[in-house]
Amino acid sequence: MDVTLKVKRYDPETDEAAHFEEYQVDLPEYGAVLDGLLAIRDEQDGSLSMRCSCRSAICGSCAMKINGKSRLACKTMVSQLKELEGDVISVEPMGNQPVIKDLVVNMDMFWDKVNAVQPYLRPEGPVPEKEYLVSNESMMELAVAMNCIMCGACVSDCTVLEVDKGFLGPAALAKAFRFAGDPRDGHKQERLQLYTEPNGVWDCTRCFMCVSACPKDVAPMERIMDVRAMAMEAGLTNTRGARHVDAFASSVKHSGRLNELNLALKTFGFIRAGIDLAPMGIRRLFKRRLPPLMHKKIATAKNIGRLFDKLGV
Amino acid sequence: MRYAFWPGCVSRAGTPELYPAATAVAEKIGMELIELEQASCTGAGVLGERNEELVDTLNARNFALAEQMGLDTLLTICSTCQGVMSSVNYKLREKPDYLAKINESLAEEGLEYKGTVRVTHMMWAVVEELGLSNLKEMVVRPLNGLKIAPFYGCYILRPRYVLGMNEEHAHRDQYLEYIIEALGGEPIDYEGKLRCCGFPIMTINEANGLRMVSNHTLEAKDMGAHALVTPCPLCHLNLDEFQPKAAKSAGKPINMPVLHLPQMIGTALGFSVRDMGLQRHIVSTEPFIELSGMPRR
Repeated sequence: MDVTLKVKRYDPETDEAAHFEEYQVDLPEYGAVLDGLLAIRDEQDGSLSMRCSCRSAICGSCAMKINGKSRLACKTMVSQLKELEGDVISVEPMGNQPVIKDLVVNMDMFWDKVNAVQPYLRPEGPVPEKEYLVSNESMMELAVAMNCIMCGACVSDCTVLEVDKGFLGPAALAKAFRFAGDPRDGHKQERLQLYTEPNGVWDCTRCFMCVSACPKDVAPMERIMDVRAMAMEAGLTNTRGARHVDAFASSVKHSGRLNELNLALKTFGFIRAGIDLAPMGIRRLFKRRLPPLMHKKIATAKNIGRLFDKLGV
Repeated sequence: MRYAFWPGCVSRAGTPELYPAATAVAEKIGMELIELEQASCTGAGVLGERNEELVDTLNARNFALAEQMGLDTLLTICSTCQGVMSSVNYKLREKPDYLAKINESLAEEGLEYKGTVRVTHMMWAVVEELGLSNLKEMVVRPLNGLKIAPFYGCYILRPRYVLGMNEEHAHRDQYLEYIIEALGGEPIDYEGKLRCCGFPIMTINEANGLRMVSNHTLEAKDMGAHALVTPCPLCHLNLDEFQPKAAKSAGKPINMPVLHLPQMIGTALGFSVRDMGLQRHIVSTEPFIELSGMPRR
């Protein structure tokens, strides 16, 4: 199978800027993008740099952008790409991290963020004579997050990290879930406090990019939502994010529909909302675009309220 | 083409120009929309953070209302509602025991969801049910010479398996381009088109949300776009309403008109500025109106 790979090259010692170079390689039908890159390195240009090791989607070394999406080069089949996305395959280094050379990025930031969530158990109380015992059920919930191979694909595609390098990001926060939810840990409340600070779980914009990028179905965004729910459950409700969720729930509970005006007032607090939203209100007034000031209930709103009550919301 | 219709809360409040524009265009292209008057908010991804089962129950209730009216397809004009409904529907079909439990809650209101409803968005229905060649034939004022930047929004793109994009509808992430071309316009390709508008974090980290707005609108502008088009009212809220503030933070003017998908279709089908509510946007749509040659009233 003839394959054209367009690879982004950059050598800080000789290049002023990164540029694409095209290579033709001959691969077997079952060839992965990584096989193509290794063929280039072995047969055409020994200076091509990349990280790779296991070739089995286990070690997490070879995450890179393939046709613009972050994926593992060893798990991405060339024949499938050709069929679904076109004949020429582009390969670039991961996003949101500085490039060292060609397809190799500096992952210091990734590891710093993972370290920041205290990714280790901190048990409390007397140490048991043998091992700590946990139920199967409690570990099943965590198992999804334990599948993480730290490849960085989620971080590479994160839309919040694109605008704010301070955000803890999907990989670290999925790891946070794994430890906050572990029954052997003795510092759940402290952890949740830490994870709900600025740059933590409430800064996620729920764009699903990390869910799509993750090669191990960790679905980091879903884990971030799990931590938000845990935090609210644990009484950490004095954040703007938690107030927003509460205001949203109360609006739908009482009328069946969302009351946007009320939502803004409750999330920001009346004074802040007044100052912040007044210019917008005036602009809207001129455009005859004010939302209805009287929010109407649907006729069956009581039934909606009953469903909320039934589930304790 | 007969649909149970859920417009979403924002189409009548936050972006009140969307509802009348969408229903006028639907009528023109032969989509009969039967509104679910007693449907509730879908939860918009927010409510699920408090209680997932509640969101599943509320959406199952909406589906049951559609079934009760004898309709098998539920159409919405909000990407976010579509995303939530599609993922709940996917889950309920995968887990019959769970659906049975949800139905116990619905029984108090005399409702039951049998699992037969298909969820669609107007953007999908235009391509998959009306068809692009039929749409093309209806065009009376082609968008000739207009460069339009598609902006999808997250919930209509991801996750692919929930949205049928791993199976028969693999190209749903190109429908905006297809529609722009069918209407005679030129779609602009730019990185921002598949990214997040920043709306979900506006109440939490406004600076980040504004940066997303200025990044995408300025990138589209650099590529020569005359306007941006989106199938999601929440993206519209952020990209239009917050654009002046985003421009201020970015320190440069943007002035990128942002259209709702039905407004763009309506323009090519002969509707006026007034019909489509284009005069009601925060960012002036004048450059688009002039180039399109659409009548004022």
